[in-house]
Amino acid sequence: MSHPTSERAHTEWMVTPVGAGPVTRRVVLGIVAILTLLFLIAPLALIFSSALSQGIGTFFNSLTEPGTQHAIFLTVVTALIAVPINIVFGLAAAWTVTKFVFPGRTLLISLIELPYSISPIVAGVAYIFVYGSQGLFGPLIEAMGIKVMFALPAIVLASMFVTAPFVARELIPLMQVQGTDEEEAAVTLGASGFATFLRVTLPNVRWAVLYGAILCNARVMGEFGAVSVVSGNIRGQTTTLPLQIELLYQDYNVAGAFAAATVLTAVALLTIVIKVVLERLSPDHAQAAARPPGH
Amino acid sequence: MRRSVIPGFGLSLGITLFYLGAIVLLPLCALILKASDVGLAQLWDILSSPRTLSAIRVTVTMALAATAFNAIYGLLLAWVLARYQFPGKRILDALVDVPFALPTAVAGLALTALFSKKGWFGAPLDALGIQVAYAPLGIAIAMAFTSIPFVVRTVQPVIEDLGSDVEEAGRSLGANDLQILWRVIFPAIFPAFLAGCSLSFARSLGEFGAVIFIAGNQPMKTEIVALLTYIRLEEYNYQAAAAIAVVMLAMAFAMLIVTNAVQAWNLRYLGRGDA
Repeated sequence: MSHPTSERAHTEWMVTPVGAGPVTRRVVLGIVAILTLLFLIAPLALIFSSALSQGIGTFFNSLTEPGTQHAIFLTVVTALIAVPINIVFGLAAAWTVTKFVFPGRTLLISLIELPYSISPIVAGVAYIFVYGSQGLFGPLIEAMGIKVMFALPAIVLASMFVTAPFVARELIPLMQVQGTDEEEAAVTLGASGFATFLRVTLPNVRWAVLYGAILCNARVMGEFGAVSVVSGNIRGQTTTLPLQIELLYQDYNVAGAFAAATVLTAVALLTIVIKVVLERLSPDHAQAAARPPGH
Repeated sequence: MRRSVIPGFGLSLGITLFYLGAIVLLPLCALILKASDVGLAQLWDILSSPRTLSAIRVTVTMALAATAFNAIYGLLLAWVLARYQFPGKRILDALVDVPFALPTAVAGLALTALFSKKGWFGAPLDALGIQVAYAPLGIAIAMAFTSIPFVVRTVQPVIEDLGSDVEEAGRSLGANDLQILWRVIFPAIFPAFLAGCSLSFARSLGEFGAVIFIAGNQPMKTEIVALLTYIRLEEYNYQAAAAIAVVMLAMAFAMLIVTNAVQAWNLRYLGRGDA
């Protein structure tokens, strides 16, 4: 993320900027390099080295073990349901708060970002009090013969709670910068609302949508706290991949746990690579998104 | 509202409100409703029990320790990424996102293996008599790992945008590096720095996946609030689970107010600058 002003600062200056002296530079870079090696690189290296420590055969056997296979399947299904719904919500939410001015708009933006501030455990517990047997709708839903809690619907719902802001958060700053001129022109020329959205708005924000969807996908696949509360952790039935890692670890099957962990690590690394590529494709999005991340 | 020529307000607002209502607000309301059933006297008993108090103390202390570490390391990382050119800079910039992209359970597993008595770091630390895994220090490390990007990503753009003119002015008035750093640069990045630290602290308070692997989870020693909530739920003690979850929710709202106030200050501060 190089910025024009910082490069200008290096060339135009008659005097050395603060911290640019050769000794200071070397010391600061050295400290950062050592800390990064210990803190960010070592855990990644350990995941792969532990997974392969008992040979590539054991690694593949661990991955094809039925429990892990089912966990991978369940994780992918959850992502396939939650991510598209989240994209629709993100587009609708961004469209609402950036194309219109209405009372309560700021409050709505805060509400969209609310899940970032709430611990996933709290989200999971809260869902128990809606669909659990002691919850608001639990008895009613049970009487209707629908199973929500400790089954796929609850896993999907909890995943949607924790990732609700992901797509919207990428879109809102970008669409705010882009304004409403192009849409207004299209509508004035007689385009319908939907055509305007498809032909004018969507092409302008397509990389941001993709980026938000990919972040959302990584989080859905990796969510642990909220899903572990609502899934009931039934072996071979409701264990997603992160939960399977914990089960294997508790069974002292450390090699199996690390093998499962490499799958999610690969998803994470791929997410970061795509992020870097998309930032180059869409510099104005990278700029618009350069604001404090949510959590 | 101001009339807009763009159609679709009703539909998009409808989808947004329905989704937020069904997915986010309904569960939160159900939780608060459940907790309000508990009754004040019983609520007080649950929250003032030694085990709950100990869990709150451990969580808050370790979140503070994690934030302190992130404040220093995060600031250095942001500085290096914003100010220096060096080989591998793009890789370092991408590495900062690892804690956000990596599932917390995977991070927890990796950190536990690193710091266990036979691990790469655990073995030498054990020889020195320092225990990290299954001890409070491990909790702080897991929290620091999962929340480091907050500090870096809030401070980095502000350092990048810092105008060189103030620094030059300071230099021409005869200030040395340390004086410029302390009197000119630090005040300019302080609001963003504080915003990043409060985000990091808030995330640490609620962290679950990474912590429960490394903490050892001994009641009164290394048990965090999130885990205690989970345990009460597994014991079918729904009242206690609801009560503790509402405390966590209240802490999150308190941190949200603090973070928003700091960020509003930060944005005003940026608006006054060279932007």
